[in-house]
Amino acid sequence: MSDVHAHPALAHHFDSLEEQKEAATLGMWVFLVTEVLFFGGLFATYAIYRTWYPDAFAAASHELDVTLGTINTAVLITSSLTMALAVHAAQLGQRAKIMVFLALTMALGGVFLGIKSVEYYHKFAEHLIPGPGFQFEKEHIRHAQIFFSLYFVMTGLHALHMIIGFGIMLVMLWWTWRGTITAEYYSPIEISGLYWHFVDIVWIFLFPLLYLIGRHAH
Amino acid sequence: MHTNHIVPPRVYYAIFGILMLCTYLTVQIAFFDLGPLNVVAALTIAVFKATLVVLFFMHVKYSTKLTWAVVLGSVFWLGILLALTMSDYLTRVWRTYG
Repeated sequence: MSDVHAHPALAHHFDSLEEQKEAATLGMWVFLVTEVLFFGGLFATYAIYRTWYPDAFAAASHELDVTLGTINTAVLITSSLTMALAVHAAQLGQRAKIMVFLALTMALGGVFLGIKSVEYYHKFAEHLIPGPGFQFEKEHIRHAQIFFSLYFVMTGLHALHMIIGFGIMLVMLWWTWRGTITAEYYSPIEISGLYWHFVDIVWIFLFPLLYLIGRHAH
Repeated sequence: MHTNHIVPPRVYYAIFGILMLCTYLTVQIAFFDLGPLNVVAALTIAVFKATLVVLFFMHVKYSTKLTWAVVLGSVFWLGILLALTMSDYLTRVWRTYG
């Protein structure tokens, strides 16, 4: 425990960087548990209304663009790969590589949000925003609004998480550039990666539940 | 300790390939009418994809037992949330017969 050899990033209440990293990872996972239950409430709401109004949900789901949804799923999975490679580069202390992969991750996140806004714009133009202006086949007009409310809340909160992730990556890029991140101290990149992958997982469930249900029915 | 385990990039590329393949599969399956099995297939593939992301991209496979406990805990509490909620909503119609 000599202070002479202590790593500058080692906080005084930890014995080693190893112990500090374990605590950081665990803390991030505990936060992600709260996120699982936060989105879990929305998934439970979706499950209830889908059970009650399966036909309206299938018809409303049919209005979503499967091609754009599939492209966005591929974009997000690719961003998870670049994120994993950024963490790998961080473990080896390869500063330039970390920055390249972080930038790629951010770029792919940007592509995802861009495609998402195009989709939102289409829904707006097609009068599929729940409210007085909502237009849909008369039979399902009330229950289809429940689907679209859930669609906008769930994808909207997901997009908000992406924007926050974008900000986190920006900070990580800055920390890497100024030399804070090294092979001995890379846990900021590691736990930022955990957050990014979690957001990817949320989309892995949103995509089939929103875009693919009732695809065969029409 | 396992916490500094370095996963070779080829593992990440392999997982990426499987995730992409699963995405293709789930989209293709959605266009066939399998009745109630459509949602079962979609969710099975989604759970499989999420498990791969958690184990490999999020390094849980190489993490401490404590991390495992927290991860499984989140699944367990999510299970309680969904199971108890649905056990209420799905059984409300039973009143008709009772």
